[in-house]
Amino acid sequence: MTRGIRQGVFAALLLAAAGAAFAQSPARYGLGRAATPAEISALDIDVRPDGAGLPDGSGVSSAGATIYASKCARCHGATGKEGPNDVLVGRVPGDGFPFAADPKVPHTIGNYWPYATTVFDYVRRAMPTTAPGSLTNDEVYALTAFLLHANGIIEAGAVMDKASLPKVAMPARKYFVPDTRTQTAAKPKP
Amino acid sequence: MKVTRRDLIAGAAGAVALARTAGAQTPADPTKVRGTPPRALGDRASTARVQRIVRGQVVSSTPLHDLMGIITPSDLHFERHHGGVPAIAPETYSLLIHGMVERPTIFTLADLKRFPSHSQIHFLECSGNLGRTAGPETTPGMLAGLTSTSEWTGVRLSTLLGEVGVRSGARWLLAEGADAAVLTRSVPIEKALDDALVAYGQNGEALRPEQGYPARLFLPGWEGNASVKWLRRLEVSDQPFMTREETSKYTEPFANGTSRQFSFRMDARSLITAPAFPNRLERGWVEITGIAWTGAGRITRVDISTDGGATWAAARLQEPVLPLAHTRFRHMWQWNGGEAVLMSRAVDETGYMQPTKAELLAQRGPGTATYHLNPITGWVVQPDGRVVYKEESWA
Repeated sequence: MTRGIRQGVFAALLLAAAGAAFAQSPARYGLGRAATPAEISALDIDVRPDGAGLPDGSGVSSAGATIYASKCARCHGATGKEGPNDVLVGRVPGDGFPFAADPKVPHTIGNYWPYATTVFDYVRRAMPTTAPGSLTNDEVYALTAFLLHANGIIEAGAVMDKASLPKVAMPARKYFVPDTRTQTAAKPKP
Repeated sequence: MKVTRRDLIAGAAGAVALARTAGAQTPADPTKVRGTPPRALGDRASTARVQRIVRGQVVSSTPLHDLMGIITPSDLHFERHHGGVPAIAPETYSLLIHGMVERPTIFTLADLKRFPSHSQIHFLECSGNLGRTAGPETTPGMLAGLTSTSEWTGVRLSTLLGEVGVRSGARWLLAEGADAAVLTRSVPIEKALDDALVAYGQNGEALRPEQGYPARLFLPGWEGNASVKWLRRLEVSDQPFMTREETSKYTEPFANGTSRQFSFRMDARSLITAPAFPNRLERGWVEITGIAWTGAGRITRVDISTDGGATWAAARLQEPVLPLAHTRFRHMWQWNGGEAVLMSRAVDETGYMQPTKAELLAQRGPGTATYHLNPITGWVVQPDGRVVYKEESWA
C-alpha cells in the first residue's frame, strides 16, 4: 500500500514534470527527416557568382547560336535585339549607365546584368518558357557563350565552363550598390 | 502596368453582364418568397460581384476601389507570377533546407503544420506597383492594385532554422519556388531570423494557388517578389546568389548613375480608393477613404488635400492600425460643386513621409525602373461630379 502510494506520487511528479516540459518550447521539435545527398543534388541547381554550383560541361558561341535560333529567337529576336520579350543584346557607348536618364535604353545582358553566372543560372532554370528546364548543361553553357559573345564580352571561340564563366567580368558590375535604407521594421514600443 | 483602353472596355462589359444576371434572380418582394436553403459553400451576392483586373499572362490586380476595411478577400488578392500558377499536390509537397546547416532536412506539409503556428496580418505589395502611363479613366485598382492584405498563418522561419541548426558564418538564404520559373531570391539571414514565415494559411484557410499553395515564404513589409511562392528549397549561404530577379530585375537605377540592389523594404504609401474613377459625386457630404501602408512599421498619419496639395488635413485612421498592414483612413468632406483635386499622403512611425512625384523623379530620374515608386497621387473631381485620375507624366 505504502509502495502503491509512493508509486502514485512518483507518477504524479513525473506527469507534472512532463507537463512543464510540454509547456516550454524545446530547442528542436524533432520534425522532418534527414535529406540525403542525392535528394539535395537533385534540387540544388543554383549557381553563385564565385562559380559554386556550376556543373561539368562546356559550350562555345557557335553551338549556342544554333540553339538560340531554334529555341530563343522567337521571343528575343533574331539577334537578341528585336524582342518582343526582353532585349538581351546591346552595349552602351563607353559602358556608361544612362538608365535613370533615358527610359528608352533597354536593360540588356551586356549593359545591365552584373554577373555572367546569372545568365547560366537563369537560362538553365527557366528557359525556354515553352519547355523550362529542358536544356542540357552543355546547351546552357553554349547559349551563355553565345549571349556573352553577342554582347561583345567574350571572344568568338571562348569556351564557357565551370572554370571560365565565373571569371567573365561584366561591364555594369560596378554600378550596382546595395540599398542603404534600414530594412527592418520599427519595433513596437513597450 | 500599362492600362489600355481595351482593359477599360473589357471591365465595363463584364459589369453589364453581371447586372443582367442579377436582375433575373431578385424577386420584387423578398418577404413573399421563401429564400434559398443552406449550401456547403457560399457565394457573393449576385449584385455584389467583384473581380480582379487581369492584364496579360503574369499580373492581376486587386480591385481596391471595390473593397472596404483592410482585409483583401483571398480570391481578390493580386497575382504576379513568372511562370504561371503551378498545380502542386499537398501530399507530395516538401521543403528542403540545406547549405550551411548542421542537419539538412526535408519537411513535408504535415511536418510544417506540426510546428508552433503564427498568424500575422500583413500587406503584400509588388515592388512595381504604379501605372506610370495611366490615363484619366483609371481606377485605384488599375493604378496600384498590386497590394493586398491578408492574415497569413504558418511557422516562423526562425523555428525551422533552429530545427536544422544554422552554422556560424551564414549570412544569406536562397529561397526557391517550384513554379516553371523556379524563381529564386536571396534573403538576408537577419530577416529570416526576425519575422519571416513559411506560410500555409491565408485568411483562415489554405493559401490560394496563386498565392503559393501549399506553402510560401512570407517576408513582412518587403517587396512581394522576395516572398517566394510554392517554396521548395532554402539554401543557407555566406553570400547572396545574385539571381536574375535581384540583378536584371527588381533593381532601380538612380539619378546618381547607380542601380539600387536588394531594396527589400516597401516605403510608406497611401491611396484614395473613393471617390475615384469611375465614381460620380453628388453635392453634399462625401467620405474620402482609402488605404495606407508601410514596410517600416505602423502608419501614424494620413493627410488629405482637396485642393491639389495646397492645404492638408489629418484623416481619421480606423482601428486596428497594425504594423506592416493596410490601414484604412477616412475623411469627411463637403463638396459644393466646382473642381477639386483629392490627394493623400502617408507618414509612418519612422517619420518618413510619402514623397511627391517630383521628389521621386529628382532622386531616381525619368528613366528609372517602375520598382519602389510610391508617389502622392490625385483624383480630379470635375464640376459635373465625375472623378478621374490626375494624369501624371513621368517622362
